Amino acid sequence: MQALTLANAPKQLAKFQSLIALFFLCLVISLLSDKFLTVANGWNVLRQISVNICISTGMTLVVLTAGIDLSVGSVLALCGAVTAGLLKNGIELPSANLFIGFTVFGSIISGIVLGTLLGWFNGFTITRFKVPPFVATLAVLTIARGLTMLWTKGFPISGLGSNFAYVGTGWLLGIPVPVWISAVIVLLAHMLTRKTPLGRYIYAIGGNESAARLSGIRINRVKMSVYAIAGALAAIGGIIVTSRLDSAQPNAGITYELDAIAAVVIGGTSLSGGRGSILGTVLGAIIIGVLNNGLVLLNVSPFWQQVVKGLVILVAVIIDKANSKE
Amino acid sequence: MLAVKNITKKFSGVTALNNVSLVLNAGEVTAIIGENGAGKSTLMKILSGVYPDYEGTISFKDQVVRFSNPKEAQEKGITIIHQELNLVPFLTVTENIFLGREILTRWGTLDKKAMAAKTKTLLDRLRLTISPDTMVYALKVGQQQVVEIAKALLLESDLIIMDEPTSAISESEVDVLFSIIEDLRKEGKAIAYISHKLDELFKIADRYIIMRDGQVIEDGRMNGTDHDGIISKMVGRSVNMVRKADGIGNSETILAVRGLNLQHRIKEQGLRLKDISFTVNRGEIVGVFGLMGAGRTELLETVFGLHPNLCSGSLTVNGNALAFKSPCAAIAAGLALVPEDRKKDGLMLGLNVRKNISITTLEALSNMGFLDNKKECSLSGKYIDELRIKSSSDRQLAGTLSGGNQQKIVLAKWLATNPVLLMLDEPTRGIDINAKNEIYKLILKLAAAGLGIIMVSSELPEILAVSDRVLVMAEGCLTASLPINEATEDRILKCAIPKTI
Repeated sequence: MQALTLANAPKQLAKFQSLIALFFLCLVISLLSDKFLTVANGWNVLRQISVNICISTGMTLVVLTAGIDLSVGSVLALCGAVTAGLLKNGIELPSANLFIGFTVFGSIISGIVLGTLLGWFNGFTITRFKVPPFVATLAVLTIARGLTMLWTKGFPISGLGSNFAYVGTGWLLGIPVPVWISAVIVLLAHMLTRKTPLGRYIYAIGGNESAARLSGIRINRVKMSVYAIAGALAAIGGIIVTSRLDSAQPNAGITYELDAIAAVVIGGTSLSGGRGSILGTVLGAIIIGVLNNGLVLLNVSPFWQQVVKGLVILVAVIIDKANSKE
Repeated sequence: MLAVKNITKKFSGVTALNNVSLVLNAGEVTAIIGENGAGKSTLMKILSGVYPDYEGTISFKDQVVRFSNPKEAQEKGITIIHQELNLVPFLTVTENIFLGREILTRWGTLDKKAMAAKTKTLLDRLRLTISPDTMVYALKVGQQQVVEIAKALLLESDLIIMDEPTSAISESEVDVLFSIIEDLRKEGKAIAYISHKLDELFKIADRYIIMRDGQVIEDGRMNGTDHDGIISKMVGRSVNMVRKADGIGNSETILAVRGLNLQHRIKEQGLRLKDISFTVNRGEIVGVFGLMGAGRTELLETVFGLHPNLCSGSLTVNGNALAFKSPCAAIAAGLALVPEDRKKDGLMLGLNVRKNISITTLEALSNMGFLDNKKECSLSGKYIDELRIKSSSDRQLAGTLSGGNQQKIVLAKWLATNPVLLMLDEPTRGIDINAKNEIYKLILKLAAAGLGIIMVSSELPEILAVSDRVLVMAEGCLTASLPINEATEDRILKCAIPKTI
């Protein structure tokens, strides 16, 4: 028995590898900088990563089905811009002499609906026309960015009012609102993957699509739902970003999809699908966030930050591979 | 040729091989017999260099060897033909056969002509009439296996290990394979032959080595023993094949298929199923026999709704018309399909036993959209007990179980849907004789409980042992429907052999 538990010890440790990595990361940074381990900085980090957590939660669901969604950065920008535009200018139809104004709530809902539709469109082309997810979402990445430029005419949409700013900068019960939002999203997504049939189908499809189909799972429906959710979550991320800056930037969210994929991968989700978890991704996002924050506090050049981030991704995946071989 | 001395191999504390010693002689076919989990595969993987890490010694051609990888073993002259095929689907037959040992012209480019010609000779020798330029993915499982054998023939190895080489190929291909093995034996090669099919071992093998629980139990000459002797040593006790009492009375029809046609994906290639009509009654076991390419698997797939846009004809289940539309619709109507390739189509190997069993009935196991853990556990527990699935717990990953237990999981997930008609495609392929008997018993029990059962099999004894009625297919047509008391091996085979060519 003794030998057995000892032999299992590395395996047990492997389960918590990201947690251990995070712990040492925090330890090292706090030794080097006294500004790191403060309450204010803690909220700061959490607020900064809340957008990535929104996006990477959706990305995790997509990756679990053995797919990928490259369009989230652009969808984020478009939905943020549309929300801002509707809120500020409404819709004017001079020919019909019609003006539709939007409340804060209305414009936010519109943005989320748009994100859902874009995600659904991804899922539609992937399932109906069998376009590989990489290509289908790459196309939407370009399309959504183009639409953002058209909608904003290339200029930021600013001055959105204090009510809207609350979403990205407000506090509720001593916790920043974006942190609340991302926490609720994580909780819901965790329940979805662990407690519902849809969640189980997501794992089943990623694990063996052919067996899943023969088991009577409606593959297309599940995939479309997953991409639609990813789109909606990207839209929520876009709304948070826009609110925090009090401005929708036409070039917002560029390369956000890569940060999301990095969080998913560092969190231990397999890019070939069927294996991984939402909580792993959250850890992945926190590691990236802490790393970014720490490197800034230590006055490391932003160029070096990118190099370090890349290396961390590599190391994380190599360790994960080594463990899963066991 | 090859001598193994005192080999022991452990996997994280579990002993897979315990002090195994054996000899393989040149010019002999040695049958390695044992239940799944007896240690045959582990031993073969050591011999072929997959596991470089073991205790004990191997000498090959009077030389002590220790291979650190399969390539080294191949170069020394040991080749293994795996049960699981090792081919690249999007390369041609020629490219697969010559993968890693391409013939080059003197300019250093690929000598395609020479390779195609050599491939052609190999395929001719195996009597496989396909073009060397065919893509491997377009071949049936049986044909792919023949390509795999061709690949090993090219290596001209001195020791060839064959792991269940006949598990997926038709009888005529088996005959071809046996004549090739005969040739190789005459050339003085040593052949280790792993199979569960005792009949063919008596046909082809000179010696046998029986393994059980990681040890060699006995070895001897084939002609000094018989079926029962071998089986009792394999399992440590004697087992009886199940045998069914004749026929069942008239009962109501569960499934009726009328005028079913199935088109080839490429229209010009004609029909894969031609005008097929048959019925299955409540409590009836219908055996479907046919040689490779007869369309047995396609028949089940079409009925299950996997080829919705390519088929025509009518289908009724319990008197209600059903379109050949989708697996979901088929399942809702009470159909279930246990596919031929359980690893590819049957199981989520990376999910645990419980999740594999419950996957077909998750909605019924949910309350207000949330999975009910208790209900799910009791469902999987029920089937683990009922079907005697041997796993450490319901959280063991399906991929780590033996073939027989994997097949039981697939059966469990379908029984959970309470089907009225169960379709089984080669339900005992690649599983050991004990598990086979358990599955036969289960099939009989289910039929007795009123299920209609269609069982596709390429093993005639199995068909004859279990069926009430035998359907025979050849080239996409139904050529006979025989009550079991009129079905003899001769008659069935006569109807199964294609008339054209």
